[in-house]
Amino acid sequence: MSLSRELKINGHAHAVEAPDDMPLLWVLRDLLGMTGTKFGCGIALCGACTVHLDGKPVRSCQLRVGAIGDREITTIEAIGATPAGARVQKAWLDLEVVQCGYCQCGQIMSATALLTSTPRPDDADINAAMAGNICRCGTYVRIREAIKKAAESAT
Amino acid sequence: MKHEPARATTLTRRQLLGRTAAAGALLAFHLPLRAQGKAGAAGGEFAPNAFIRIEPDGRTVLVMPQVEMGQGVYTSVALILAEELDADYSRVVLEHAPPSDKLYGNPIFGIQVTGNSNSIRAFWVPLRRAGAAARAMLVTAAAQRWHVDPASCTAAQGEVVHAPSGRKAAYGSLVAAARQLAPPANPPLKDPRNFTLIGKPQHRYDTPDKVAGKTTYGIDVMLPGMRFATIAASPTFGGRVASVDDSAARTVPGVHKVIVDEDLVAVVGDHMWAAKQGLAALVITWDPGPNAGVDSSAIWEDLRAASAKDGVLAKANGDVAQAAKGAEVIEADYELPFLAHATMEPMNCTVQLRKDSCEVWLGTQIISRVQATVAQLTGLAPEKVTVHNHYIGGGFGRRLEPDMALKAVRVARHLDGEPVKVVWTREEDIQHDIYRPVYRDVIAATLKSGRIDSWKYKISGSAVIARWLPPAFQKGIDIDAVDSAVDIPYDIPNLRVEYVRVEPPAVPTGFWRGVGPNNNVFATESFIDELARRAGKDPVAFRLEMLGKTPRLRAAVQHVAEKSGWGQPLPARCGRGISAQVSFGSFIATVVEAEVEDAGGVHLRRVTCAVDTGIAVSPDNIRAQLQGGLIFGLTAALYGEITIERGRVLQGNFHDYRILRMDEVPPIEVFLIESGEAPGGIGETGTTAGPPALRNAIYAATGVALRRLPIDRKRLAKGAPT
Repeated sequence: MSLSRELKINGHAHAVEAPDDMPLLWVLRDLLGMTGTKFGCGIALCGACTVHLDGKPVRSCQLRVGAIGDREITTIEAIGATPAGARVQKAWLDLEVVQCGYCQCGQIMSATALLTSTPRPDDADINAAMAGNICRCGTYVRIREAIKKAAESAT
Repeated sequence: MKHEPARATTLTRRQLLGRTAAAGALLAFHLPLRAQGKAGAAGGEFAPNAFIRIEPDGRTVLVMPQVEMGQGVYTSVALILAEELDADYSRVVLEHAPPSDKLYGNPIFGIQVTGNSNSIRAFWVPLRRAGAAARAMLVTAAAQRWHVDPASCTAAQGEVVHAPSGRKAAYGSLVAAARQLAPPANPPLKDPRNFTLIGKPQHRYDTPDKVAGKTTYGIDVMLPGMRFATIAASPTFGGRVASVDDSAARTVPGVHKVIVDEDLVAVVGDHMWAAKQGLAALVITWDPGPNAGVDSSAIWEDLRAASAKDGVLAKANGDVAQAAKGAEVIEADYELPFLAHATMEPMNCTVQLRKDSCEVWLGTQIISRVQATVAQLTGLAPEKVTVHNHYIGGGFGRRLEPDMALKAVRVARHLDGEPVKVVWTREEDIQHDIYRPVYRDVIAATLKSGRIDSWKYKISGSAVIARWLPPAFQKGIDIDAVDSAVDIPYDIPNLRVEYVRVEPPAVPTGFWRGVGPNNNVFATESFIDELARRAGKDPVAFRLEMLGKTPRLRAAVQHVAEKSGWGQPLPARCGRGISAQVSFGSFIATVVEAEVEDAGGVHLRRVTCAVDTGIAVSPDNIRAQLQGGLIFGLTAALYGEITIERGRVLQGNFHDYRILRMDEVPPIEVFLIESGEAPGGIGETGTTAGPPALRNAIYAATGVALRRLPIDRKRLAKGAPT
């Protein structure tokens, strides 16, 4: 049954009617029209749908809205308002990481979470944090460079 | 286009390019002097051709004949137009082209297509002329206003300048006068030495919105009152729905409608989750139809049997039969599997079908064909079908097909004019692709004095061209399937190329990034390495000796050998492999360095490539395309295979159709070789280059001569039978 609920997204309260088991991905995209968060695989294999829940990266295709409670959701639409997110977006543009761009919102969310928890990641940290995000255009070489550049720009 | 095959017995794609490029120039320059673009656009603008529109306030709109699917073409097209137009590049506005083969047809194909890595090759001259013509008209308008000789005026940054008098006029102020002028037939083009935009470091036009999540892909279209649907097509190719029990689906909250339409079931809901849940709750009984007995092993048996037959002659030089007499004939066969495209943006299309019109939203590589096929399906006149194109979340050839639009229209036919967004699940996307065909190539060669003396090469596989562009399918030869075979860059005195058309049962086949050259170059470059070993030569040296007639490729091989550390010692079970190719008008040499674990696992250590792609319109984008293209090809070599069982595709998502991930990707260095030649294609070049270089690296590391992809790790384990 549909349930009225309030979600805290990007610092604002959003009232939605959604059943408990509805993944956040479809609430964002289809109910709220926040289409920056992408559908890629539906089973947490590609990372295109990555958002932050209280600052931690989660796959929104697997996150039931009923399990969110009053935790803070951050999406690509607002990640630029965080210092790490802004640095990541800038590095992405400076190094022209993006090709088709479809996966990049998820990549940026994962990279921002990495830099928030690990300000100076090494290659192994980058592999661990980013291996869940598939890029079919093959922008990985530049993603790695851009993460390092974003890390350096913090100091 | 310096490199031409010595003697060809049929039309090659390069020749096709040459012929139709002339036709394209006509297409682009006999445009009526009228305003193009958005319906209802305010009059008064200067629109000397279909690509450029300057408004009285100076707003300069460039209309993109080719679609942006990540390859950077919007930026490159804008750079070319703005260069010759002398526009203020920082202020141009780009617009997707509407459907029109007449205005935006790709000169190489004759229809509105983005593919075959030919956007810049096809439009290089037409776009330069379009920009130059517009510029000339603006200069003339200014000169007339000032009563001076147009030759005494210059243009830069969206202004005409008359230096002797110090007068300046912004383009916008000249629009009314320029509208009255006829476009010049042969506007002078800039000397490339005077380029200020082309070849200079430039940021991409499309990326700021993409990193902010603001770009609207087809899947992101939102309309008032929109419904959301997902579909299941018959899992067996050619099957139909026998019956559907929808009683459980109808109780799913948010489910609006269940649609059954021949081979298609759709659930329409208030959102995708309802549609997905509804679809999962259906009990569908399928009539599997005539292909229920088709499986991969039978497809391979058919292909192998067909490849034993003589093929249609695609090229002949010298006499291979004579050369083989008394010589040792070395023969090998190479095989490539079916592949899915797996674009990150799953197939989708939004449709609003009314009684007398249809509106379609999607990202497509073939907008005019979408319009035409939707018109055909609905019975509407083409002009009643409006197609809105969008940024594309990965094309790779998948969006050269209109099937996602046709299925969405079939869903919309069951609704009362409500807009519906039809999104495929990833499983539906992988199991209902139009697949890269299986290929089998057989090559027989002889050596003489340490060089290749004869080369008999037979390609067997599906003729995608015959279905997709029938006029280009002549004399039984798929010019794509034999492309890099007839254009082999090596000096081989006796050469014969044959083609056997073999259509696999049931499985639809289509273009996949790298197309025909993927297959030709994999077989050729793998076999060249085997022959080098037979000749007792280093693979680089062996190639260089036979590249006398292809100096641009020879230079690329030398460059990559130097940059990759070719010949330097490596640890045990590590190897370097080279591949060299001429494809899509570019000359590229690639070295992959790989390590083979004792258990057979393969790790990429390093990739180096050198490319001569002619004038580099956007150098950084060329490097990006090669980095990405190499990964795309290496992904296929390491993992890619679609298999068929009981007439259906077994793979369904990224766990069984694997894509290279961050932790598997090595450093990739790309070196551009400076060139003044016309630009070559770059979007697919790297994809073709990766697999043979990797295969040859494994060959160097282990001595195992792999002859089919994806790589078979069992054969690479230490001590495995060879």
